[in-house]
Amino acid sequence: MTNAIAVRPQGAMRLHGRSLMTFVLTPTTPITDWLTEIDKRRRTSPAFFVGRPIILDLAAVSLNESQIGELIKELDERGIRVMALEGTEDDRLGPSLPPVLKRGRATGSEAPGSFSEKGAARTPRRQEPSSLLIENPVRSGQSIIFPNGDITVLGSVASGAEVVAGGSIHIYGTLRGRAMAGSMGNPRARIFCSRNEAELVSIDGYYRTAEEMDASLRSRPAQCWLENRVLAIAALD
Amino acid sequence: MAETASMAKVLVVTSGKGGVGKTTSTAALGAALAQAGQKVAVVDFDVGLRNLDLVMGAERRVVFDFINVVQGVAKLSQALIRDKRLETLWLLPASQTRDKDALTEEGVASIINELRGQFDWVICDSPAGIERGATLAMRFADTAVIVTNPEVSSVRDSDRIIGLLDSKTEKAENGQRVDKHVLITRYDAQRAARGEMLNIEDVLEILSTPLLGIIPESEEVLRASNLGSPITINNATSAPARAYLDAARRLKGDAVPMSIPNDRKGLLDKLFGRRAA
Repeated sequence: MTNAIAVRPQGAMRLHGRSLMTFVLTPTTPITDWLTEIDKRRRTSPAFFVGRPIILDLAAVSLNESQIGELIKELDERGIRVMALEGTEDDRLGPSLPPVLKRGRATGSEAPGSFSEKGAARTPRRQEPSSLLIENPVRSGQSIIFPNGDITVLGSVASGAEVVAGGSIHIYGTLRGRAMAGSMGNPRARIFCSRNEAELVSIDGYYRTAEEMDASLRSRPAQCWLENRVLAIAALD
Repeated sequence: MAETASMAKVLVVTSGKGGVGKTTSTAALGAALAQAGQKVAVVDFDVGLRNLDLVMGAERRVVFDFINVVQGVAKLSQALIRDKRLETLWLLPASQTRDKDALTEEGVASIINELRGQFDWVICDSPAGIERGATLAMRFADTAVIVTNPEVSSVRDSDRIIGLLDSKTEKAENGQRVDKHVLITRYDAQRAARGEMLNIEDVLEILSTPLLGIIPESEEVLRASNLGSPITINNATSAPARAYLDAARRLKGDAVPMSIPNDRKGLLDKLFGRRAA
């Protein structure tokens, strides 16, 4: 191994995780009546759909590819942009249609009343816990994902396991797998471990693999942080 | 599941990785427990690639198999093969002509339940991998022996399996824990001394699971396999047989000091001072 590896520019390609909330429209038959209903809503609250890509849930209707295309065109004319489809089994739909989503999770439905309000209805976010405590070792193949804040692991994180946090990551055992902090776009997040044998560490999408780590930083306590868009690692002992 | 009156223990011998010694260990531990007077059934879960019958030397007596019993073609008592050497040791062979899809959770559950009523130990020899055969083999286990070679790929696969034991077994889903033990096989003291193998401390630290025993690499193991005789029967005084006999005593709950038996007397018979939990 040469030292040239260490000066390779960090993060030429950045990969981020994103989780966001979108609205789902569920057309019902007859489609024309449903579109009339949409038009009525748009009149009372013209700004509602502006800048809000939506997911089209086709579970309640049975449409073929060209009918889906027609429906998307109709919605497009109303300023409603469809970003993805749901509730259709057929994932062989042509490339002209939006991708089919699976495993979306419901986060409660928008009350019809909010349509009459001007602009986007912003409900105050429920206070989520801001840290997650893992008392067991994280085993190979397991993935701990906590976008809302810090993750603390009391045991070790095995080779082939990953821990992904929106905030910082604290590992009291050995980090042998991957740790990805600040995954929702937080450059101030850090990674701490009491022994660094990591396969990969990343903060806010800037990453460093085991091969790019100085051997002197291995097998000892370490922390990682982001400094001028470069992932820095330092020993803690 | 209704616990039967007997204190039957269902033990899965598993590893994730292939070729680490699951079947050899199943036969050796099963025989060792039977030698100690326990009534033992060893069950081959490797449908389609069965081997346990060969290692047990029962391949010429297989009439019915696990799948036949699941499908109601045969009764459990017709499929169980009694060992010729040990009265209390029985084998339930796998089917060689089917594949793992022939196993259903309900079928496995009913057979395990029936075996629980008749035996002290039901030892399930898991196939390699993490698919259906392996998950069903561990599904109803009370205890697991994770067979690991002291090298990185085997240890990582074992770690993966431990994660599954903690999440996909019936016990785990009921909020209980499967009792887990690491059995290190093919341990070569000379290679370990040269740093060509992971040392035992590192393996246990990575897996954070108690040690059941260390089986030294030995030609005796292959010799016993080829003869169709569990090593603890074939050559009970050999180093690997002594290690398996100790491991079986630890499974029964006896406190046996940890050591690595060696054929060259005393040379590297290092005491670890560690006790199996």
